[in-house]
Amino acid sequence: MLKLEKCRIANGGFALTADFEVIAGTKIAVIGPSGGGKSTLLEAVAGFLPLKTGRIVWDGKTLQDKDPGARPVAMLFQDGNLFPHLTAEQNVGLGMNPNLKLDEDAHRKVLAALARVGLDGMSNRRSAELSGGQQSRVALARVLVQERALLLMDEPFAALGPAQKMEMLDLVSELCAETGSTALMVSHDPGDAKHFADQVILVHGGIAHAPQETGELFRDPPEALRTYLG
Amino acid sequence: MADRAQPVSTRWGLGAAALVAALIFGTLVAVAMRAEEGSGLSSSDWAALRFTLVQAVLSAAISVGLAIPVARALARRRFKGRQVLITLMGAPFILPVIVAILGLLEVFGRAGWVSAGLGLIGLPPVRIYGLHGVVLAHVFFNLPLATRLILQGWQEIPAERFRLAAQLGFGARAMLWRIEVPMLRRVVPGVLAVIFAICMTSFAVALTLGGGPKATTVELAIYQAFRFDFDLGRAALLSGVQLVLTGGAALLALRAATGAGFGGGQDRMVHRWDGRGRGARALDFSSIALGAAFLLLPLTAVVLSGLKGLSDLPIQVFSSALISVGVALVSMVLTLLLALPMAVAVALGRDKIGEAAGILGLAASPLVIGTGLFIIIFPFANPTTLALPVTALVNAVMALPFAVRILVPRARQVVVQYTRLSLSLGMVGWPFIRRVLLPRMRAQIGFTAGLAAALSMGDLGVIALFADPEVATLPLQVFRLMGSYQTDAAAGAALILLVLSMGIFWALDRGGRWHAEA
Repeated sequence: MLKLEKCRIANGGFALTADFEVIAGTKIAVIGPSGGGKSTLLEAVAGFLPLKTGRIVWDGKTLQDKDPGARPVAMLFQDGNLFPHLTAEQNVGLGMNPNLKLDEDAHRKVLAALARVGLDGMSNRRSAELSGGQQSRVALARVLVQERALLLMDEPFAALGPAQKMEMLDLVSELCAETGSTALMVSHDPGDAKHFADQVILVHGGIAHAPQETGELFRDPPEALRTYLG
Repeated sequence: MADRAQPVSTRWGLGAAALVAALIFGTLVAVAMRAEEGSGLSSSDWAALRFTLVQAVLSAAISVGLAIPVARALARRRFKGRQVLITLMGAPFILPVIVAILGLLEVFGRAGWVSAGLGLIGLPPVRIYGLHGVVLAHVFFNLPLATRLILQGWQEIPAERFRLAAQLGFGARAMLWRIEVPMLRRVVPGVLAVIFAICMTSFAVALTLGGGPKATTVELAIYQAFRFDFDLGRAALLSGVQLVLTGGAALLALRAATGAGFGGGQDRMVHRWDGRGRGARALDFSSIALGAAFLLLPLTAVVLSGLKGLSDLPIQVFSSALISVGVALVSMVLTLLLALPMAVAVALGRDKIGEAAGILGLAASPLVIGTGLFIIIFPFANPTTLALPVTALVNAVMALPFAVRILVPRARQVVVQYTRLSLSLGMVGWPFIRRVLLPRMRAQIGFTAGLAAALSMGDLGVIALFADPEVATLPLQVFRLMGSYQTDAAAGAALILLVLSMGIFWALDRGGRWHAEA
């Protein structure tokens, strides 16, 4: 269970409050108007933004004082998820050890993860040489080897075409099902939310609302969501 | 930003900056304590002060005055080799001063090409020693710099402005007053101030072409007080004077700063509809031709006479070359060890470090630091035995402001781009430096390393102060050969120095870009 207890997150002149729980293993879409604080919410959970007040709790342990790398979080950003000068294998390997000191076992795991996302035989390519879709797959392979309980995604597939994006969302869903991870994904596209998410967090007017069942929410959208959907 | 986590500590950068500040201020204190207040400035000291100011003002004014037509011509003409010429104008920055001076002597000296030409029509040869020569050499070094900076100003005028001017039918005069003069008014003061500051501290030019009661700069006077009279008190007093001068010049340069820094412009393609008249074309053509000739002829002369001199070089030239390469490499490493942490600290928001590096770099005089170090070392050891390490260190400090300026923009980019990803992967400290920072900055590190090594390679400053007759860097060896009238050998050694300087720059810069992609 991920708990955000009376959290207040300041980001420049802007503040976001959040007070809710997320059940472990749920796939959640975070939607809302731009500038509303979707990324702020994710950055706070990931540890890039400090809390003004409140607590973030995962599995009974408080997270808010931990460094980003020490939280049970794997994160995919909108862009820049890979180091272009490193190979696919090295990029994935960083998920196991930031010093890239990998033993035989770890090395096998990296290759297996690459194979799992459909990049068999591409391990020695520099990520700058890969296509956008392949780069997303490398990043997902890294998420796999990180074995973190929480997967945070800030519009990670925004640069892909519609068909490719759906493919990646399906892959994420499969991986989450296999690993039992909890996923929070920021998206602009209500279609993504419907396709991918069990529940939806609506971020609007400085508040991140508690998650609601996706189907219910879209059947009977509250005022704020109706305005956003237009 | 202060609240956000950072992938590397700014501690190292602050430490490096503190170290440099300690070196500069420590030597200053040593100098100040040694200076003989009672004696005051003698009449020859006042003359040196006057000469320093006069030559710097003249050098700056002439460099900029000549650069304006050249920059204007380069801005509005497109021709084959234009880009090569602009790149070449960056070369004097890393050209060893002594090499350029040999070249200038070949062309403008008593027995040079110009004098020979004048002799054919019955005119007396030109005089190169004294004020003429010092200013000539300074113009040689700074005309290209001024041209590049002013050209940048021209290129920063938006293309739309020229389109509008063409649409309104601006003639040459309207063009001048509506577009060109306002730009120059903004750019020129900064360029003047920078060149003025550079000429205040240029030691090697005064050492070779100046001298005597009429043409001694303050730095040269420090050197003479040191080498000839071994009068540390007077050297220290003069160092104080020099410090006030360079500090003032540095402040002036920073206040007049144009923001247009070291390095080339974007060189966007701007379509120009003006300047198509015959007069304008002739003016531009001759400006470019004369500017290029002024830059290229002395270099050609060095190469030609150097090739002749290569056949009988004294053995010391080769040992000096080896010493110089060693000093240059050590100095390069020191520069990077100081500049990289500082650049990273600046990129992480410690802006003050960058400013401090800029001010100290412009204000610090190698001769003053050298004098201070000598005073500090003297009670404990024979300073001449430390000549080479001291040279490497002082060269590194001198290269530092340029190094920081080159490294900061890229460091900023890397930090902005990869901080979150690295933190989320727990890549903090050494893993971040090794896997992200250094590989992403390779090209800039290579360029900086090349610059630092080449600057050190060609330096003829503090080494002249410290060296004993046994040990010499290659520039000092060239200077000694010139002094003993072994002209051919000097030219040959200068050619080796030129090749080594350019080669070391090329190799390091190239090494940084090798396989560096994306």
